[in-house]
Amino acid sequence: MTITAQPDLEAHFDETIAQDRRVEPRDWMPEAYRATMIRQIAQHAHSEIIGMQPEGNWITRAPSLRRKAILLAKVQDEAGHGMYLYSAAETLGADRADLTGKLISGRQKYSSIFNYPTLTYADVGVIGWLVDGAAICNQVPLCRSSYGPYARAMVRICKEESFHQRQGYELLLTMMGGTAGQREMVQDATNRFWWPSLMMFGPPDDASPNTEQSMRWGVKRHTNDELRQRFVDMTVPQAEKLGVTLPDPRLRWNEARGHYDFGPVDWAEFKAVVAGNGPCNAQRVARRQAAHDDGAWVREAAVAHARKSQDRAEQARLTGEANHG
Amino acid sequence: MSERGHRMSTEHDNPYDLLADDHDASHRWAFGTGFTDPLEGVDTSVPPGLDEGALARYCLALGDDALIYSHRLQQWVTRMPELEEETAIANIALDLLGQARMLLARAGAILGQTEDQLAFFRAENAFRNVRLAEHEDRDFAELVGRLLIFAAWRLALFQELSAAPDPVLAAIAAKGVPELTYHRDYAARWVVRLGDGTGLSRERMQRALGNLWPLRAELLRPDPDASEVIGTASASPGAIDAVLEMVLAAAGLDRPDVVPLAPVGGHAGRDGVHTEAMGYILAEMQSVARAFPDATW
Amino acid sequence: MAESEWPLYEVFLRGKRGLNHVHVGSLHAADPQMALHHARDLYTRRNEGVSIWVVKACDITASSPDEKDPFFAPSGDKVYRHPTFYEIPDDVPHM
Repeated sequence: MTITAQPDLEAHFDETIAQDRRVEPRDWMPEAYRATMIRQIAQHAHSEIIGMQPEGNWITRAPSLRRKAILLAKVQDEAGHGMYLYSAAETLGADRADLTGKLISGRQKYSSIFNYPTLTYADVGVIGWLVDGAAICNQVPLCRSSYGPYARAMVRICKEESFHQRQGYELLLTMMGGTAGQREMVQDATNRFWWPSLMMFGPPDDASPNTEQSMRWGVKRHTNDELRQRFVDMTVPQAEKLGVTLPDPRLRWNEARGHYDFGPVDWAEFKAVVAGNGPCNAQRVARRQAAHDDGAWVREAAVAHARKSQDRAEQARLTGEANHG
Repeated sequence: MSERGHRMSTEHDNPYDLLADDHDASHRWAFGTGFTDPLEGVDTSVPPGLDEGALARYCLALGDDALIYSHRLQQWVTRMPELEEETAIANIALDLLGQARMLLARAGAILGQTEDQLAFFRAENAFRNVRLAEHEDRDFAELVGRLLIFAAWRLALFQELSAAPDPVLAAIAAKGVPELTYHRDYAARWVVRLGDGTGLSRERMQRALGNLWPLRAELLRPDPDASEVIGTASASPGAIDAVLEMVLAAAGLDRPDVVPLAPVGGHAGRDGVHTEAMGYILAEMQSVARAFPDATW
Repeated sequence: MAESEWPLYEVFLRGKRGLNHVHVGSLHAADPQMALHHARDLYTRRNEGVSIWVVKACDITASSPDEKDPFFAPSGDKVYRHPTFYEIPDDVPHM
């Protein structure tokens, strides 16, 4: 039996990363890599689950049955995505119940965007357009994450989210082609979600200490600012097509850079929201906590029943053996 | 472990390239929304000799049952005891919404109204759902207990309706049978888990059944439109009871001995006479549509 | 493990045109029947004609593909003794 020495294991891991191959669950990995991955995947999973709330807020009030069905399916997808991601985190030794505990206690975070309220039906469309759009920008590179199960979950998720984004945009196109009241609603929703969408990419690069190590390990493939710029460049023409004005007077095409210049993000607001002081933080976590706490008796009942059934089956087996023995 | 296929699918640096990919799988992410047309190849004209009015009223009744029931299930989204149950309940809500859409469309074709006009612009006394559909589940035990009763009843009805003279109603029912079988199965398993779980869950499940049982009788009221449309006045009580007895026995629960919920002057849900909950349901459901009555969504 | 926690199950699917079951992910359930139901909801989106296997994660023993598993690995509740997530063939319905 070979005892593999630590330096050999490290070298093998480094080689895997350098060759842009995937790290798999049974492979050796540095504890810091494992911990970073668990945290990143878990926070992504939490985002999907918490993200069900702002959109779920409008299912019962959707103004057409078709839109209602689409929104309900979308929110269901998000539950599914959360579960795929928790599965990926569990392959690294994490436990889903423990991760849920960390979400509820605030030790792990979720995307800051979901700490904003959805106040009109147009918010549903804008979330599909901007928030899912930003998420796709963030997530497509993750399809090349160095950790295999995460990368594969992301491929699955990205395909489904492209539908979500198109549905959201299509709703907005319909509304912008509708009544004055609908157009006002869309513009108002855009005004409220534009800047928070830019904040989804995280703090500016010069304020992101973990980026370098994450990039070296293939945990992250692009910097925050790179992705944010890409999102702006893609979204501005879409806004023009919709006929909405993005609430940034500094937004303009810079020929020399080949990108859109855009105004300063209010990083103080971002910090406050990430620290737990956004408009909906307490509400979102409280809802998740309530579902979890109120559901304990149900989960316990299922476990108790499973145990009883197993005991009965075992008894029947023993009785059967005794009779035939 | 193959990486080549994996690599090719992740070459996208431009996120919007994904939008150009093959999207044959529209059925993958939103099922129960009627993306596959169950009415494909079905003659949608009303068969001669069939009472159009009765057919429209009956489709409206079955459609309203599903629409209002789905609304109550939608209210449970993000409140379920476990994430896997979120998927399950959204499934069921989507299935019922899909059934509602088809049934309202069928009624609407006869009445000259769209599914949305019927859903969002009818007043409370024009809704024909049974009162069981509008009941607010106070806890998970009521959620699964009510679904068991509803799905067992509706499945029995739909099995009969699969042979209805109206081909559209028959097609809708045929599609609904496997869905309702799944719903009934889901509910039954949970009733058993709760009844045969912990002392607390048994107590809650028994109490839930007691709260729900009075709403059963209304399901078996003879419906003159049903006689017209399928030849039987109501679903056979025997069939539904057999299912419930089986589940109660497996769950170790007692059949409640309670009086049916009284009608109001002889009228109940099918007559547009509902519980006090109905007004709040419609206020919520119809609010945005009514705020923008001329809008298209 | 708390009284209310549901164990982890791994899910394997064989598509209509498939020759064998393929690992697609995991979920939590209180018992095998529930695991099957959840697998249908989550991993097949209720597609008909798909064969599902669910196995408790703790019942699976896995090897390390590149044989770099350290002999003196820390013992205890190594819950991540999972098979790797394999590439999903085209004929398994999209999850």
